[in-house]
Amino acid sequence: MKPELDATPRLAAGVRLSETNQQPRMLLMPERALRLNGPSLEIVLHCDGKATVRQIAEELQKLYTKAEPQRITDDLLGYLELLRDQRAIDF
Amino acid sequence: MNTTATPLALVAELTHRCPLHCVYCSNPLEMVKRETELPTETWVRIFHEARAMGVLQADFTGGEPLARKDIVELVRAARGAGLYVSLITSGLPLDEAKLAALVEAGLDHIQLSIQGASEKTGREISGTSTHAHKLRVLTELKKYRIGLTMNFVIHRQNIDELEGMLKLVEEHQPGCVEFASVQYYGWGFANRARLLPTREQLDNCVATIKNAEQRLKGITRVIFVVPDYYAKYPKPCVGGWGRKLMLISPDGTALPCHAAMVIPGLCFDNVRETSLREIWETSSAFRKFRGEDWMLEPCKSCDRRHQDFAGCRCQAFLLAGNPAATDPVCSLAPTRPSVDAILAAIHNPIPANAEEKLPWVYRPNPE
Repeated sequence: MKPELDATPRLAAGVRLSETNQQPRMLLMPERALRLNGPSLEIVLHCDGKATVRQIAEELQKLYTKAEPQRITDDLLGYLELLRDQRAIDF
Repeated sequence: MNTTATPLALVAELTHRCPLHCVYCSNPLEMVKRETELPTETWVRIFHEARAMGVLQADFTGGEPLARKDIVELVRAARGAGLYVSLITSGLPLDEAKLAALVEAGLDHIQLSIQGASEKTGREISGTSTHAHKLRVLTELKKYRIGLTMNFVIHRQNIDELEGMLKLVEEHQPGCVEFASVQYYGWGFANRARLLPTREQLDNCVATIKNAEQRLKGITRVIFVVPDYYAKYPKPCVGGWGRKLMLISPDGTALPCHAAMVIPGLCFDNVRETSLREIWETSSAFRKFRGEDWMLEPCKSCDRRHQDFAGCRCQAFLLAGNPAATDPVCSLAPTRPSVDAILAAIHNPIPANAEEKLPWVYRPNPE
C-alpha cells in the first residue's frame, strides 16, 4: 500500500541518523544499519513528521531539476513504502 | 595489507549474573563471577575503540545487563562514543526510575525477552515469576519513543502458545518481534530433549507466523529464527566467523560468538591486555575459521559456502566432534544422520513421568 501524498513521514521509534561527522551517513535501527547516499539521504532528512510527502517531492524536484516530476513522486513513494515495511519510518 | 571487514556490532556481555534461570540460556556452563567482571573504565575504553574501528552498534546483554550498578553510565558512554545502544533484558530489574534514567542517557532500543504467553510457562522456563512484571514494563515503555523488540524464545513447551504471544504483540505493537527457536548450545544443549519441538508443532508455528507477518505488515516486523535441526541448510552463524560480530564476555575475553569457548584448542585474547582492533585483526581465535581456507568437503566446493559460511563451528564440534566439519544440520553433511536420529527420538511419545526422567537443568546465578 502506497503512502498518501498528505502523509507526514517521520523516523520510527528507535531509528536515527548516525552523527554528521560519520561518512557515509547511516540510518541506525535495531540490529541493522542502512547506508544512505544522494536521494535516499535527502528523503530521510525530510522525514521530520512535519513535511508532507508532496512537499518532500517538491524539495527533491528542486535538487533534481532534470528529472520528470511524476517519476520523482513515484520513486519517492516506492522508497517510503520500503522504509515503512522495514519499520524505519511511520506516518 | 588488511582486508578484514569491520564488524557491525559489538556484543557486550556485561555480566553473567541474572535473576532468571532460563533452561535455554546461551551463557556458557561455566560462568564469570562478579569479582572478575570488567570495571566501568575498561568498558568505556572498548566503546571508543569499537567506534574508531567502524563498529555501529553496541548490544548490551548478559546475564541480565541491568544487574550492573553502572548500567546507566555505560549506556551514556557507549552513546557518547557514537554507538547505537541496545539493551537486551529480561526487564525484571526495570522500574520507572531506572527506565527514565536509561532513556535520558541515550538508550536507543530495548529488546525485552518474554518466556511465553502466561505466568505459568514463564515460571516453568525461567524458574521465576516475571510475566506480570514484563507486562508492566511494556506499558511503562509506551511513555518513551525508543525502539522496542519483543523477543520470544520458542521451543516445545511454549510453541503451542503462539497465538497468545501474538495477541501480546498486537496489543503492544513493537517495531519488531522475534520468534527465535532455541539454539542448542550451553544450557539449551543440556535441556535439548525437552526443548526440541516436533515436526507437527513446527509446521503449525510456521503457518501461524506467516499469517501474522501479513497482518502486521507496516506495524511490526516479524522475525522467525527456524530451529536449525529441521533446516535443509545451516544458518550463516554470526554472519560468518570473525566477519560481522565481536563478543566481549564479562571478564574481557573477546569471542567470535557466544558459544566459542566450547571449542577446544582456541586461544582467546582479552581486552584488558590487547586493543579491540588488534584482537579483531590478529587474534588466532578470530582468524581460525575466517574466510574459507579452513573448510572441508562438501563445503569447500559448495556454491552455498559464501552464503552460509559452512554453518556453525560450535554445532559442528558439539554434534560431529570437529569444529571444521560441515555443520551437521546441513542436508549435505556426512554427519546429518546424527541429527536425524535426535529428531526421531523426539517424535517418540513423551513419557508421562517426563519431569522425573528428564528434569530441567536450570541455569544458576553466579556469585
